[in-house]
Amino acid sequence: MNIHEYQGKEILGSFGVRTQRGIVAQTAEEAVKAAKELTEQTGTGWHVIKAQVHAGGRGKGGGVKLAKNLKEVEQIAGEIIGMNLVTPQTSAEGKKVHQVYVAEDVYYPGDSEPEEYYMSVLLNRATGRNMIMYSTEGGVDIETVAEETPHLIFTEEIDPATGILPFQARRIAFNLGLSGTAFKEMTKFVMSLYTAFDKSDSSLFEINPVLKTSDDKILAVDAKVTLDDNALFRHKDYAEMRDKREENPTEVEAKEVGLNYVDLDGNVGCMVNGAGLAMATMDLIKQAGGEPANFLDVGGTADAKRVEEAFRLILKDDKVEAILVNIFGGIVRCDRVAQGIVDAYKNMGDAINVPIIVRLQGTNADVAKKLIDESGLAVSSAVQFKEAADKVQSVLS
Amino acid sequence: MSVLVNKDSKIIVQGFTGSEGTFHAEQMIEYGSNVVGGVTPGKGGQTHLDRPVFNTVSDAVKETGADVTIIFVPPAFAADAIMEAADAGIKVIITITEGIPVSDMVKASDYIKGKDCRLIGPNCPGVITPGEAKVGIMPGFVFKKGTVGIVSKSGTLTYEAADQVVKEGFGITTAIGIGGDPIIGTTTKDAVELLMNDDETKAIVMIGEIGGQLEADAAKWIKENGNKKPVIGFIAGETAPAGRTMGHAGAIVGGSEDTAQAKKAILKENGVHVVDSPAEIGKKVAEVLG
Repeated sequence: MNIHEYQGKEILGSFGVRTQRGIVAQTAEEAVKAAKELTEQTGTGWHVIKAQVHAGGRGKGGGVKLAKNLKEVEQIAGEIIGMNLVTPQTSAEGKKVHQVYVAEDVYYPGDSEPEEYYMSVLLNRATGRNMIMYSTEGGVDIETVAEETPHLIFTEEIDPATGILPFQARRIAFNLGLSGTAFKEMTKFVMSLYTAFDKSDSSLFEINPVLKTSDDKILAVDAKVTLDDNALFRHKDYAEMRDKREENPTEVEAKEVGLNYVDLDGNVGCMVNGAGLAMATMDLIKQAGGEPANFLDVGGTADAKRVEEAFRLILKDDKVEAILVNIFGGIVRCDRVAQGIVDAYKNMGDAINVPIIVRLQGTNADVAKKLIDESGLAVSSAVQFKEAADKVQSVLS
Repeated sequence: MSVLVNKDSKIIVQGFTGSEGTFHAEQMIEYGSNVVGGVTPGKGGQTHLDRPVFNTVSDAVKETGADVTIIFVPPAFAADAIMEAADAGIKVIITITEGIPVSDMVKASDYIKGKDCRLIGPNCPGVITPGEAKVGIMPGFVFKKGTVGIVSKSGTLTYEAADQVVKEGFGITTAIGIGGDPIIGTTTKDAVELLMNDDETKAIVMIGEIGGQLEADAAKWIKENGNKKPVIGFIAGETAPAGRTMGHAGAIVGGSEDTAQAKKAILKENGVHVVDSPAEIGKKVAEVLG
């Protein structure tokens, strides 16, 4: 589950990770109030106004701006809230900004120059262990660093039996070229960051940049935090951080009825049991000359109710010109699924206005085909995978 | 010959008396798998499906000599169940449970590393050696005995592949569902290696999907070991967008190397017979085996 920067920082802060301080605001007036409050806490009159959306590269799209007084806070917050923010990670239409984070300016002048670093914590799938990935090159696109100067990216793998060890934190601080107070601050930062990752059951922390301030403090200026959905049952407070406005409405609805759905841009909807077969079916749609409109795994119990819910979800997308149902009946018999499709179709009546191709394979596939063929409904059936693809092709042409 | 499970496997079911465990244990017994008992903490001493229930895996091993376990324990407790099985000396630990927290699996996979056991899954359909033992949730009738081994990250796509292979007149030695999670015990390469070393297996079907490096690692291993048997490969998810999880927790394109296209290219480079259409897996097997 993705969360906002301000929520990520709340989690980091609760484990003692120092972050840039800020307050979230829904309106320009709230932003001004937040700025005043921050000035009292921090002493600085400069603030950074940051759009809170689930997408990276916000600065590039004009979603992060410096305000040097309260008037500018009001003006900038007013501009950002409600805008459609387009970043390299959003679609061309962008994402609507509902709230901003009013944060203290941490690039103040002092005894030394501020320095930016990159740090992330994530699972190394190859070894099954977590690792800290870090670089002296902070504040820039890490993919670019990886491509152009890969020797500037370091990793530190964590032994799950011991957790992060102090020497590892020291090695990181040394590799980042730190000394004195900043060195000590960095080791503290790294230790608490990893603890936060572990205890919060996160699947990704990306802190870009980690900042060394001009007075040698180390803090997280940004925080991209992704939580492990599978572990939310033991973090009820994090589960409440979900912002449905950031998600595709059809996907939200699908989740509520227990269907695994991902919205795509194509013209052929599909309903499949099993994730692997669902992806394979999407691929087959493409090979048949269409484009998949969605990923949808109905799971093991494809009864009339679920099939109906699935049809309704798929048909919300008016780009859909045909629907391919692909079920491999194992423990669930195909004739049951076929009956579900027939019942769903009858219940929905005229709501179904595109051709439906049903391919049922496995237990009782022949009985199921007969059931569909004799239902009198505008559904064409297939048994072989290839046959289904051909039928998709013929309805599209 | 076959790999991992056969008619002599002594199988226990962890999460035996739960609804999933009960349903699939019944199906396994009906198939003819040698299920010798099960474990549900607190229900030791009872009898379920005419088999003894034990409080702990070590009790079950002591009493029945079990060497294979299948785990249906709910996600919050599943990693613990895996470690308990490993501690009790179970050799093959097959974990069906989907939705185990990743941090739990980081610990469990580390815990079992030094132990003499093999983990299959989690989030997998299990393992079947047709005619001998079904230790999983797959429809047994689809899998006819034969000479083709199957390794797959996916459930229904495995059934699809097996069905196509059987309809071409061939059969299956052992089908191994390795699971679709980011951390799994037996990798694609491990499973391929088992089948390469199995005398009865003449060809291997390897089904992968987007995300991670497992298929690429397997393909490199296959070439390094002299392409001893033909491998037919399919990678699902050519049309999946980057950065989105497609059902399986591990099925997510993270970079340029774990897309379906990139994986297929690596497979081809290493001598794997890649099919682009999931409808042509069986046909390719027939073509390769002549």
